[in-house]
Amino acid sequence: MPNALLEVHNLTKIFPGIRALDDVHLTLRSGEVHALIGENGAGKSTLVKVLTGVYIPTSGTLTFEGKEVAFRNALDAQASGIVAIHQEASMFPELTVTENIFMGHHLRNPRTKKLDWKAMTEQTRQLLARMQLDIDPDTLVKNLSVAKRHMVEITKALSLDAKLVIMDEPTSALTGREVEDLFRIVRSLKEQGKAILFISHKFDEIFTICDYYTVFRDGQYIGEGKVAESNEDAIINMMIGRSIDQLYPEHQKQKGKEVLRIEKLCQLGAFKDISFTLHEGEVLGLFGLVGAGRSEVVRTIFGIDKSSGGSMHLLGEPFKPKGAKESMRRGIALVPEDRQKQGLVLKMSLTNNISLPVLKQLSFKGMVTSAGKERTYVQCHGNQMEIKSAGYHVDAETLSGGNQQKVVLAKWIGTSPKILILDEPTKGIDVATKAAVHQFVCDMAQKGVAVILISSELPEILGMSDRILVMHEGYQTAILDARKATAESVMKAAIATTVMEDTHA
Amino acid sequence: MPDHSFASFAKKAFARRESTLILLLFVLLVPISVRSPQFLSMKNISTILNDMAILSIVAIGEFYVILSGGIDLSVGSIIAFSGMACGMVNESYPQVSPALLLLLGIVIGLAMGLVNGILVAYGKIPPIITTLGTVNIYRGMTFLLSKGTWVTAHEMTPAYIALPRTTFLGISILLWIAFFVIALCYYFSRFTRTGREIYAIGGNPTAAKFVGVDENRVRVVVFLVSGALCGLAGALWTARYASAVNEMATGFEMQAVAACVLGGVNFSGGAGGIIGVVLGTLFLGVVTNALPVIYLSVFWQTCVQGLIILLALTLNTLSDQHKNKKLLAQRRG
Repeated sequence: MPNALLEVHNLTKIFPGIRALDDVHLTLRSGEVHALIGENGAGKSTLVKVLTGVYIPTSGTLTFEGKEVAFRNALDAQASGIVAIHQEASMFPELTVTENIFMGHHLRNPRTKKLDWKAMTEQTRQLLARMQLDIDPDTLVKNLSVAKRHMVEITKALSLDAKLVIMDEPTSALTGREVEDLFRIVRSLKEQGKAILFISHKFDEIFTICDYYTVFRDGQYIGEGKVAESNEDAIINMMIGRSIDQLYPEHQKQKGKEVLRIEKLCQLGAFKDISFTLHEGEVLGLFGLVGAGRSEVVRTIFGIDKSSGGSMHLLGEPFKPKGAKESMRRGIALVPEDRQKQGLVLKMSLTNNISLPVLKQLSFKGMVTSAGKERTYVQCHGNQMEIKSAGYHVDAETLSGGNQQKVVLAKWIGTSPKILILDEPTKGIDVATKAAVHQFVCDMAQKGVAVILISSELPEILGMSDRILVMHEGYQTAILDARKATAESVMKAAIATTVMEDTHA
Repeated sequence: MPDHSFASFAKKAFARRESTLILLLFVLLVPISVRSPQFLSMKNISTILNDMAILSIVAIGEFYVILSGGIDLSVGSIIAFSGMACGMVNESYPQVSPALLLLLGIVIGLAMGLVNGILVAYGKIPPIITTLGTVNIYRGMTFLLSKGTWVTAHEMTPAYIALPRTTFLGISILLWIAFFVIALCYYFSRFTRTGREIYAIGGNPTAAKFVGVDENRVRVVVFLVSGALCGLAGALWTARYASAVNEMATGFEMQAVAACVLGGVNFSGGAGGIIGVVLGTLFLGVVTNALPVIYLSVFWQTCVQGLIILLALTLNTLSDQHKNKKLLAQRRG
């Protein structure tokens, strides 16, 4: 086995309240394609950011080409020869391919000190030829397809003389044909002796292109091995095989009457043919990996996005909301995924945030009297969620993540919803708040509210749900009874292509 | 419990801009009044206040637009058109009462604000571009309306000219109107549903959408308010200066924006208050009035105003950075 190009030892990265990486290891060798595998939130992206100098690790060592290194910023990492190709291409659309590739390290004519575009264009041509790409160096990047932009980014990495190329979900926006092209390039990079760190959720790709793999789970190193000596089941087990050490509160599993019926709901480019029913007092888990389209489905149900096909029935009546206002009036509440961007107005006080959805009910002829009704209302729901703050007059931005999430929940319970949709309600919050959120979900179900719970954490989905709907790249791959579902069966449906074919048929 | 320090800090941050401005006003007044004791005479103070009354009305309109995350550059031209229309009506129909002229100004302003609002909300044109267009259109309309002529003092009725000067309980009607507008708008921004929704849209349009706030409606409302207040200001302007000229209030949008920025209104929307805007206006007024007192030529006036705006913006940015750092430190610690 060749010598290691990059070694990561005992690396830990702590964010306030969270251990994003806990004592992890990774060894990358030149001329090898290495898969980094894990669920959402396993710590893959954090590790990439450490390797590219965006984050500074809390403890642990990085050894690159036999020397211990500490990257202070992204330029440091780039200068050493580590280049990441990002999920969303970071390019300048209005500039040409050549200008993009040489951005930041332009060539100058040694005599005149002027930029030497002739030489740069020529080098670009050679680089593109080496990758067997049919792209004109003078084309504007905005005129290229997504796939070709990816190729240009990889070419840029080559021009930087990268020794390690990190690809974070490189195929997520590519078609089958384009994936083939990408793989051809990955193989040629490999032959040139580059090390490639390949992050993907797609097992067929991992088994096609990767030589070696490392699995992370919950920020911890689980194991590694040769892809050729492993199989899908073994790797899935490593991804999920955790002891369920957390207890989830129970709620009475008694189905009430049907409140929501979704039939063949579609949205172009996001999801297709989603069908399910939802009953009073039921918790429906919605599981899928990044890009599965879960958030898009609930946004459509809530009326933020428009559907392109299919039908919805709310309490037996046809339902096609034009916006949040209408769906709120009909008894739906959506706690969005990103509490800072979608859930809260950070510059407003807790009072004003919590009363925002019900201002109409709290006001008389458009007037909100701050002394009376509003304060009582806010205190009632805020105290119910046990928000820790210096009072309801402080701005939402002063609270910790967990308390901000409680504010968002308090904001929605006041609307007395019949259907409560929670999109990743426990993402990035501390354990105690997590437990409070779980209890909250149970209480709501107990009261007869129908709950849709989106989560990327398998134990949470398995522990909280009555039924689990699994999605894969916009398709519904399974609806499982939570009592019979196992971590394996859910993960297989989220990854496997076999069920997908059934859906097509 | 770190939360207690959060509270005191948040309180301070809220009060800070207002208290800083009051402090600065005193700091300015001391040397000025030493140099020229008449500066603090009742007469001079009332002059300053009367001078600032119209600006405060317009600045409050501008405040709502900035609060929603936009900007209204057309305020000067709305003042001009409304002022010119009121002057011409007063000239041709002297029997129309001054109170009706104020109402006419407001109606004209509402119509012009509505056009701005519809273009922004439904045409999806950014506010800065929309009002950059209408500032020229409304000014052009003023010239078309007047055919380039002026309305002079002797063509106007004495009652109209006297309107802003008449005193009631020792205070001019102009100031009474400004007080009324300030009080009404304070109530509007603090205690009404729409006022709350303006803060929400300016602070986080996405989150506002998720709770069903009608963004288009809010965008139209802020321009309607700004337009109405400018229209009122135009009618008052013509009476106060006893003439209606085509070039009136040119560049006034800059003073209105300056008063808001000075008053601590967040330029990207979502934060700020009426009290701050009023204090910002007052501060501008004192500085402008003090220049001749300290024998600084009027030519310096615009330079000084520009400097103040830059200073205020720098202050806003610095205090934001400071706040963010502190928040981060507290969250970590």
